[in-house]
Amino acid sequence: MRLINADLHIHTCLSPCAELEMSPMGIVKGAIGKGIDMIAICDHNSAENTRAVIEAAEQTGLTVLPGMEVTSKEEVHILSIFSLPEDAARMQELVYNNLEGVNDESAFGMQVIVEADGTVTGCNDRLLIGATDMSLEHIVRAIHMHHGLAIAAHIDRPGFGILGQLGFIPNDLDLDALEISARISIEDATTSYSEYSAYPIVRSSDAHFLDAIGSGMTPLMVGAASFTEFQMALRGEQGRYICYEG
Amino acid sequence: MELKTIVEQLDLEVKASQGNLTCNITGVYVSDLLSDVLAHAKEGDLWVTLQGHPNIVAVAAMKELSGILLNNGRTPEDETLKKANDEAIPILASKMPAFVLAGKLYNLLGGE
Repeated sequence: MRLINADLHIHTCLSPCAELEMSPMGIVKGAIGKGIDMIAICDHNSAENTRAVIEAAEQTGLTVLPGMEVTSKEEVHILSIFSLPEDAARMQELVYNNLEGVNDESAFGMQVIVEADGTVTGCNDRLLIGATDMSLEHIVRAIHMHHGLAIAAHIDRPGFGILGQLGFIPNDLDLDALEISARISIEDATTSYSEYSAYPIVRSSDAHFLDAIGSGMTPLMVGAASFTEFQMALRGEQGRYICYEG
Repeated sequence: MELKTIVEQLDLEVKASQGNLTCNITGVYVSDLLSDVLAHAKEGDLWVTLQGHPNIVAVAAMKELSGILLNNGRTPEDETLKKANDEAIPILASKMPAFVLAGKLYNLLGGE
């Protein structure tokens, strides 16, 4: 068992609101420089840059999980994190089938698709900043069907968090964890959100630019930096756990 | 009616783009879902919402709205104000709830 740092919410240049400097190599170097062992790539409603970042991290010690930050019809952001890029791709197909609109680069920003070495292969023209017409329940169910983890994103923030949008977490919503932003500590969050103590809390950077990577991290006691070990830590299985003491 | 007149009549606080209050307001849209505004607001509308996220400015720019009015004493994020000044989109604020604001705006502009 060892203590690792995970930052499981990082955007790439594919997200219209993220900086173009969020290239695969830039993110990998940035994460390693901050002492991070495992990251997840979660762009808005797309996983098209996840394989590039996974490839960029090959031969390094950094683990990269494919993911997405899906927007529900209630405009709540839900992180979906997967073990396999194929599962993320299948989830992406469902999201695309439920996402209308075309991006306006001048209003929202560019949505750049890149290879591992930063070569630009194109721009995604979907309205990735938009909302899907899927309900929260539908999204969480679909994430689980594709063997992923469903985490309510930045619940401490007024915009696009489940508490800001709905004011509460529905009892029957089968979330795997709640995410807090770098604005608050895990310790403060366990007090503030004590009524939701049934859910584990993770902390991430939600980085949209390089310097923000690692500004929020979750310390995990696990056997290795992997999806399965993270899942076990969320459930407190076999001696794996989230280190709330930091 | 000029946005400036609305600001005076409803005693609104101008949070951003003070110099862009001369546009003529012909309609108002009230919604807290950005996707709904993208789908249904009309060009030139004044948008009443409690969302203060920077994305409201991008939505207003894309739909060419005349301004954003935050209700219930909500305060916009700093980044929102910066973007609004960059895009010359007025951000106004009021302590009144959306229902009261909508009613007053309806009386000022007349409904369709």
